[in-house]
Amino acid sequence: MTPMTTPTAIDTEREQYTGDDTAPVVVFEGVSIAFAKPVLEDISFTVAPGETRIILGPAGCGKSVLMKMVNGLLRADSGTITVFGQDVTRMRETDLFTLRARIGMVFQESALFDSLSVADNVAYRLNEEKTPEAEARTRVEEALKFVALEQAIDKFPSELSGGMRRRVSIARALITKPDLILYDSPTGGLDPITSTTIIELVIKQRDVSHTTSLLITHRIQDAFTLAMNRYNPEKGRMERIPDDGIEPSTKFLVLNEGKVVFDGSTEELVSTDDPWLKEYLS
Amino acid sequence: MSFVSPEVFLKERIATVQDYSLLVGRAVADIFTRPHYWDEIYTQMDSIGAGSMPIVILTGFFTGCVLALQSATSLEEFGAVSMTGNLVALSMVRELGPVLTGLMLAGRNASGMASELGSMKVTEQIDAMRALGTDPIRKLVTPRLFATVFMMFFLTIIADAVGIAGGALVSISSLGLNANAYFHSSYRSLHYGSVIQGLTKPLFSGFIIATIGCYYGLNTKGGTQGVGRATTQAVVASSVLIIVVDFIVSRAMLFVFGQ
Repeated sequence: MTPMTTPTAIDTEREQYTGDDTAPVVVFEGVSIAFAKPVLEDISFTVAPGETRIILGPAGCGKSVLMKMVNGLLRADSGTITVFGQDVTRMRETDLFTLRARIGMVFQESALFDSLSVADNVAYRLNEEKTPEAEARTRVEEALKFVALEQAIDKFPSELSGGMRRRVSIARALITKPDLILYDSPTGGLDPITSTTIIELVIKQRDVSHTTSLLITHRIQDAFTLAMNRYNPEKGRMERIPDDGIEPSTKFLVLNEGKVVFDGSTEELVSTDDPWLKEYLS
Repeated sequence: MSFVSPEVFLKERIATVQDYSLLVGRAVADIFTRPHYWDEIYTQMDSIGAGSMPIVILTGFFTGCVLALQSATSLEEFGAVSMTGNLVALSMVRELGPVLTGLMLAGRNASGMASELGSMKVTEQIDAMRALGTDPIRKLVTPRLFATVFMMFFLTIIADAVGIAGGALVSISSLGLNANAYFHSSYRSLHYGSVIQGLTKPLFSGFIIATIGCYYGLNTKGGTQGVGRATTQAVVASSVLIIVVDFIVSRAMLFVFGQ
């Protein structure tokens, strides 16, 4: 990805936050949440810096709820969630806005602002920070180039296809170079070719910027594409890791009925003895 | 329709009042702290103020006309048709101007706010806003609150003026009254207390329209059907509250000014 110009207020905040580089970015400890009935129960896991954590599980098992709890959009009933060393379960909403400046999120249905153009959607954070117009425009163009959508800069979300909307959403999440990216089903409801394009973007972001990320997917093949491919900057596209290699920073978390049923590496997942997990993966 | 126990029903109502109070508290507090979304405020002023002018003018004008027409029949029995201006002006300024403008704006803007914010809520745009580090109350609710209260005040004055003008048109053309006599009678009827009463009510109405519209919008659940439900609830709740608060303010003003 092309370097994105001069430091902003977000960059300054990021410098203030940066602490131990080896400390986990996300820590869940005994987290539970219920609405009418329990959704997540006693969830514990950690995400290390630079790790890509793929969250798998059947529909309705609480994956999106878990994702929204990471940046405080939903509050846990019990347990602790620590993000960049800060306990988001006890933070006030106003303090969370500062923390969220370090987190980019791609929503399940893109959640683009339908009254704003693509350019204004992508530049949303920059406009909120009062970034000079010319600089914001340059950064928007760079972000849209990253997702190969430069031609859509002046369009409105209603004029875009589902896949294009998802890519705009990725550009909006990445424009401020966040330290943590949350992808909530970025390939959900898309055709296989468009899904592969989106996964390629995720791999590109992972391998070029080494950003910590959490990714929800319903498509097992997308998860394994992420684990078995890498981005080749010379060819400008993803390729299989030679000798059936596995991307070491990509790990899995599998949920079922609101509980963690697997937490580990790709090798551990494929060699599991758990009958439910075997059936799910098949 | 499902029935719940009185205890659950009561708890739900109390929770609603609590959530509404928290929303109102934060929206009002945000007026006094930075950042302010001035562009959003001006956009809302244009949409609420300029956008509502036609319905306010039409409603005010024809209310004044019909008021003159109806009251003249009764006043004629006492030989007091010349008091038509007095009656129209007093009714418009103290009561009908503020209440009708409030009800018109509730129908147009409380529904608009509820449906706009409701659509944003069900399509996760509100969550996206929060995830992007923006406070939706500061960005969406406070500008609507400020703009509605501000514009409601001036729209009520316009409704009062065109109402009196409508009354004048009927009085002169149908009742054969002298224009000078009508306006003189209108002017003499308006005392300080009446004007203050008429200009205080729109502040409350504006507050109710914006906060109720935004509250129902931000608490929309259940997809497009939920947006429709939120819109209806916002109009019903704000209309009823406007009339209830109108009575309370009238009573308070009569107590303060004695007329």
